[in-house]
Amino acid sequence: MLQDVFGEAESLEVFTGIPRFSVVSQPKNGGADMFGSVYSENPLLAQFRRMEEELDEIFGSATPWASGIRSLPPGTFPAINVGSTEDSVTVFLFAPGIDSKKLDISIQDNLLTVRGRREVPREAEATHYRQERFGGEFHRVISLPDDVDPERVEASYRDGVVQIIVRRRETAKPRQIAIR
Amino acid sequence: MATEVTTQTAPADSSKQSVMNAAAGATIRPLVDIFETAHGITLRADMPGVSKEGLNLRVEGANLLVEGTIDIVPEEKMSALHADVRSTLYRRSFVLGSELEAENIEADLKDGILTVRIPKRPELRPRKIEVRSS
Repeated sequence: MLQDVFGEAESLEVFTGIPRFSVVSQPKNGGADMFGSVYSENPLLAQFRRMEEELDEIFGSATPWASGIRSLPPGTFPAINVGSTEDSVTVFLFAPGIDSKKLDISIQDNLLTVRGRREVPREAEATHYRQERFGGEFHRVISLPDDVDPERVEASYRDGVVQIIVRRRETAKPRQIAIR
Repeated sequence: MATEVTTQTAPADSSKQSVMNAAAGATIRPLVDIFETAHGITLRADMPGVSKEGLNLRVEGANLLVEGTIDIVPEEKMSALHADVRSTLYRRSFVLGSELEAENIEADLKDGILTVRIPKRPELRPRKIEVRSS
């Protein structure tokens, strides 16, 4: 049952307009040699990375999105799980503390777009030690299977999770064909 | 000795957990903000999917343990197309200082955000020292 939802996966693209982490371009010349030791990888970390790559190859079929062209780094807000049944596709957005009334959910064909904003107020008078939680605008686009019906979508919000259920088209459901 | 902070401590339903956990034993480290004022320390943790019943917050010795179970029950026969969240158990712990009153912790859970307020002992709160001029 749910172990499937939180476990294995087929191909699906999830991407966003606003990545949580940006890649800072490294100096093209000069810097690399001068700071070679700073940029070179710790041998132990390199070993871990190699192990990770090998595991990715072995279990590659379980994580196709990790290498997808539009895949995002882990930790992008909000985290998304997508589950599928014969009748519908359910998208779970793990978005705690958002104003669900201000959430902009739209669907065009099989592309589901979610835009929103999360306010994370910072207290001016306080000393801040950790600020790990995401604050600001987010935008994610999820490509759903081709047979979803954009006319039949329901969304709800509970305990910080947005649940969007998109029904599949009737014609796409498997039918029993009798032989005469 | 363990001090219960909340009364809504639900023992993790092991049958549910095995259904939800893709990788046995895997936990999610919830992201937190921590800040300090004159009165105490406030911790905010993102724990989407956790209801009050699934929250387990306790103090064990000098440790504050934050735990919560995602209790979303999906439809039967649902298979995954994509999964960023690969576990249903949040867990993270913090070491409290002796200047904090662990017995007077207040906690609040709303829309998947846990807020924990840990007061400082009154005698240890910073005091403004007046300089008298003669």
